[in-house]
Amino acid sequence: MLLTLFYTAAAVAVISTALVVTQLNAVHALLYLILSLIASAVVFYLMGAYFAALLEVIVYAGAVMVLFLFVVMLLNLGQRTIEQEQAWLQPGSWRGPAVLAGVLLTELLWVLATGSAAETGHVVSSKEVGIRLFGPYVLAVELASMLLLAGLVGAYHLARRGGRLR
Amino acid sequence: MSVGSPLNIGLILGAVIATAAVLIWVERRLLAVWQDRLGPNRLGPLGLLQVAADMIKILSKEDWVPPFADKGVFVFAPTVIMVTMLTAFAVVPIAPDVGIIDFNFGLLYFLALSSLSVYSAVLAGYASNNKYSLYGALRASAQTLSYEVFMGLSVMGVVMLAGTFDLRVIVEAQQNLWYIVPQCLGFAVFFIAALAESHRTPFDLPEAEHELVAGFHTEYSGIKFGMFFVGEYIGITLSSAMMVTLFFGGWHGPLLPPVVWFVLKTAVFIMLFILIRGSLPRPRYDQLMAFGWKVMLPLALVNLMLTGALVLMVGSDA
Repeated sequence: MLLTLFYTAAAVAVISTALVVTQLNAVHALLYLILSLIASAVVFYLMGAYFAALLEVIVYAGAVMVLFLFVVMLLNLGQRTIEQEQAWLQPGSWRGPAVLAGVLLTELLWVLATGSAAETGHVVSSKEVGIRLFGPYVLAVELASMLLLAGLVGAYHLARRGGRLR
Repeated sequence: MSVGSPLNIGLILGAVIATAAVLIWVERRLLAVWQDRLGPNRLGPLGLLQVAADMIKILSKEDWVPPFADKGVFVFAPTVIMVTMLTAFAVVPIAPDVGIIDFNFGLLYFLALSSLSVYSAVLAGYASNNKYSLYGALRASAQTLSYEVFMGLSVMGVVMLAGTFDLRVIVEAQQNLWYIVPQCLGFAVFFIAALAESHRTPFDLPEAEHELVAGFHTEYSGIKFGMFFVGEYIGITLSSAMMVTLFFGGWHGPLLPPVVWFVLKTAVFIMLFILIRGSLPRPRYDQLMAFGWKVMLPLALVNLMLTGALVLMVGSDA
């Protein structure tokens, strides 16, 4: 039962990700990307990583993708870009990457077919995540927070009113 | 009756939808009372059948999709708010044996679904292909994203005190002292954030009718409009239920059975939502955002630090 759920969610994630690439309308592509993120959250959940699953939904599906959608909506692209995308999706431009991706896919399938079955993860508690984040991975957390702070200061500088740039 | 039994699920689902429907009447009646009017009082006892009349009207209206709309997304948008709000109810612990699931990350699950509900407004605004709708959607997404941050931060005090994200354990931990006492600051932030997330007056700028016609649902009619409407009421019910669960001791209370206490407390908060609509004016949009980032965020952080310091000092085992 769990395995069926797992493979269903994984299939949804893979198919919707493929549709992200092939969709001509930018907003429809984003919708598939959101679906793909939610499907991978379900995969996390089934592996026992409840915390990661919910954070995936809160941060990626619930916040980051809204901002993406926000920007695409503001640009109000319309029919012209759909035609442009159509031109980009000519077979000549995707044949090369598709062959390379196919090589990776066969490699992955081969590993899955010969290697051991998927590990059944143990349930990860929020305390465990916290201890890991502020224990062995504290340097990564600090680096990420510095990066975010730099982004914040940069955004403030660009958006402030009455500054020197005006 | 045990948690997660089919009877439980059916009853809770039915009760939530019925509450959302009755709220249409309750809101109009209460607003009228507070404004010294009568409100809908013609149909049935106390005008209660007004709910049925509204339902028949909204269901039999022409369900029109504008020719310039992005049809698939246009139809999909109103279902998002209904589905996310209804599924969020799954983790609300109503009484010791009443509830749908006990999930040890219940609080995060609630935050995740309330952050997904913003897609309803954003997609509606985009799909309508109308400038007023687009403005409404932009406002809705910026407002919801900002206030979500404070909502998440404001409940972390409760999580620290209870030592868990499990809503049922949080309620059980309030046996002796409701968290409104140590977490009054957290509650204030949570309440304002919940108000902003549900796009209710005074935070209804995404659908401010004096400047944006009706905001993101300008182009909607019939049952699709009804779904936005009912989704909003379910959102209010959900927020009220969460406030009761997190800060007001859930089902705890003397004499009356637990379910009655839970329903009573939730009803009080729903009425508070309506009273606020009847009494406060709408701020300007930049004031709303400035208030969020300049007042609410520092308050939430101060609350978080004080609670953390307190928990460390008392040295509780949480």
